Amino acid sequence: MRTLRFLLQKEFLQIFRNKIILRIIVVLPVMQLLILPLAADYEIKNIRISIVDHDRSAYSRQLINNIVASGYFSINDYSAAFEQSFEEFQKDHSDLILEIPARFEADIANQKGSEVLIALNAINGVKASVGSTYLSRIIGAFNADIRFRDLPQPRYPAVAAIEVVPQFWYNPLMKYRVFMVPGILVMLVTAMASFMCALNIVKEKEGGTIEQINVTPIRKYHFILAKLIPFWVIGMFVFTLGLLGVARLVYGIVPVGSLLTLYAFLAVYLVAMLGVGLIISTYSATQQQSMSLAFFFMMIFILMGGLFTPVDSMPEWAQWIARANPVAYFIEVVRLVVLKGSSFYDIRGHFLVITGMALFFNVWAVWNYRKTS
Amino acid sequence: MKQFLTFVRKEFYHVFRDRKTLLLLFGMPVMQIVLFGFALSNEIKNARVAVYDLANDAASRRIIEKMEGGGKFEMERKAWNREGVEQAFREGKVKMAVVFPAGFDDDLSHLNHAQVQLIADASDPNTANTLVNYASAIIMDYQRERMQAAAIPVPVSTEVRMIYNPELKSVTNFVPGVMALILLLICVLMTSVSIVKEKELGTMEVLLVSPFHPLLVIISKAVPYFFLSLINLTVILILSVTLMGMPIAGSLWLLYGVSSIFIMAALSLGLFISNVTHSQEAAMLISLLGMLIPTLLFTGFMFPIENMPLPLQVISNIVISKWYYIIVKSVMIKGLGLAAVWKETLILVFITVLLLTMSARTFKNRLA
Repeated sequence: MRTLRFLLQKEFLQIFRNKIILRIIVVLPVMQLLILPLAADYEIKNIRISIVDHDRSAYSRQLINNIVASGYFSINDYSAAFEQSFEEFQKDHSDLILEIPARFEADIANQKGSEVLIALNAINGVKASVGSTYLSRIIGAFNADIRFRDLPQPRYPAVAAIEVVPQFWYNPLMKYRVFMVPGILVMLVTAMASFMCALNIVKEKEGGTIEQINVTPIRKYHFILAKLIPFWVIGMFVFTLGLLGVARLVYGIVPVGSLLTLYAFLAVYLVAMLGVGLIISTYSATQQQSMSLAFFFMMIFILMGGLFTPVDSMPEWAQWIARANPVAYFIEVVRLVVLKGSSFYDIRGHFLVITGMALFFNVWAVWNYRKTS
Repeated sequence: MKQFLTFVRKEFYHVFRDRKTLLLLFGMPVMQIVLFGFALSNEIKNARVAVYDLANDAASRRIIEKMEGGGKFEMERKAWNREGVEQAFREGKVKMAVVFPAGFDDDLSHLNHAQVQLIADASDPNTANTLVNYASAIIMDYQRERMQAAAIPVPVSTEVRMIYNPELKSVTNFVPGVMALILLLICVLMTSVSIVKEKELGTMEVLLVSPFHPLLVIISKAVPYFFLSLINLTVILILSVTLMGMPIAGSLWLLYGVSSIFIMAALSLGLFISNVTHSQEAAMLISLLGMLIPTLLFTGFMFPIENMPLPLQVISNIVISKWYYIIVKSVMIKGLGLAAVWKETLILVFITVLLLTMSARTFKNRLA
């Protein structure tokens, strides 16, 4: 126990003496939490539209008015030739082109029906399909409007109507930030703690100071624990700073669930991720190597963790990989507890898995650490 | 010149002898293309939906069947109750619940009006919105089915044409983004770390006192990564054409030319970071934490830049990967020529020159 205390003292001294690292620990997470959630807004609005109107009639003007009034679209240009608008489209100044044919009004009036062309930039498939859905809905309403107002017609029988009543739970204002902030916080804590931990042992290897420790009677697990605890503390600190500082004061996100549940999970999760860092550092000889390895795996962990794209959308095999990903569990738990107020009982499954991972990774790290080179 | 080549050879040895770093250099592009190509997608499918069917009649069953058919929903058809639905939300087991009130079909047939409730878990607003939209479309479709007999005229029909990516594959959007991300990160990270490493271990002192010009010492460090990046670019392009069926619509020469400029910009950023840091640890943290996430966000392939608040849109202009991403999209997917991307290219050139001048200014040929 005494050995551990001295080792810890050494580690903390080393960390606190390095002013740049200290600054990075405090400033980077705060900065990123301030900026990133503002940027990570997936809601699709402001679709820029080019309109080619060959008809220039009352009807075409009405359709255009309806599109503008919907609030989803902003008109980029209004031209009389498709080529002209297509140029804008190619330059990425507009996202879609609506072409209204000549004789648009005449064809509608004599009930032949008319057809408009919608050309979308589908490089971003999601944006394109959302844009076309919005536009189809507007045209649908335009149709209904004309049908009942202007067209001579036999009375249609009353139509059975199903009313869809949507309810949005847990986030009725549909703020995307509320969803992103906890996720980004997880990513920052994970990256910070495990990277620094991965670099730490290797630093002693590269500098040669590890030899001095290897010749002392310090036990393997003492050494590993002493490397782990300081970063565990840093991880806890960064998370608290982010959650109770930035998330609460700037974004007004107050965890609905209990903080105790959250911190209990965080405590175990950090042990697991630090274990990953330690494994990496026991396998590498230089800082550059350990960073490469850490980065390689962290990239997979984060991308497969459901932060930016939902885990449910992945194919079956990828979902299996995601199940072995500690980051995915923590992102889910943070979102469950912070946004929906899930209790410890609700996340018991996640907790068991992460405890298993924490044990597995750390036993592996201790087992693989060699006192002789 | 001979001296310079010798130094470049030394750097190549450094790179190739370190197997674990090579994993990052060549493993990452492959891994990312595979992940983005096959695993990650913004499209929502297989979302689990709790069916809380109090009606259990022909109409409700037909709607549930239709929802099941599209591949978007996985309907969980056990006997739910209100508490059960809430519990499932809190455990994250379902994303949405459909509630049919008792007597749904009767109401519909006799009163011509019935309600369906869609309860979505809006802690993820995007998914919630999309799911509600999908479900509403299916319900409307059912309604149309019921009134098929009454042929109602459609004054305006639409022809929708998806240009550049008719199958709406998400790779098309991601590949240019991944190219930008990988080239940038590898160049910045590797150059900055390999220079700072020599500083930290003291071997830099030896290099600086050699008769060779100190600036060239630094530049020779960047040369191997320039070529490695070009190899990476080739690997990415081959993978995306063969595995993902992506087109290369424009000129390959132009693509490589512009990529070279981008790589140089990234390398000069790496040089600059190495000048202002003294430990590998700091260089890595700055390159990774300070660059990775902003690059992911501000390049524009994950989140649309035009949605961001104005100050952030302004900031996104200094993220060099954004310009490269625009160029790659135009050249590779749209098949445009230099005439369409000269402005972006010029910006990249300008940033490179700026970074190089700043690096040369801050460069010190004494360590202490």
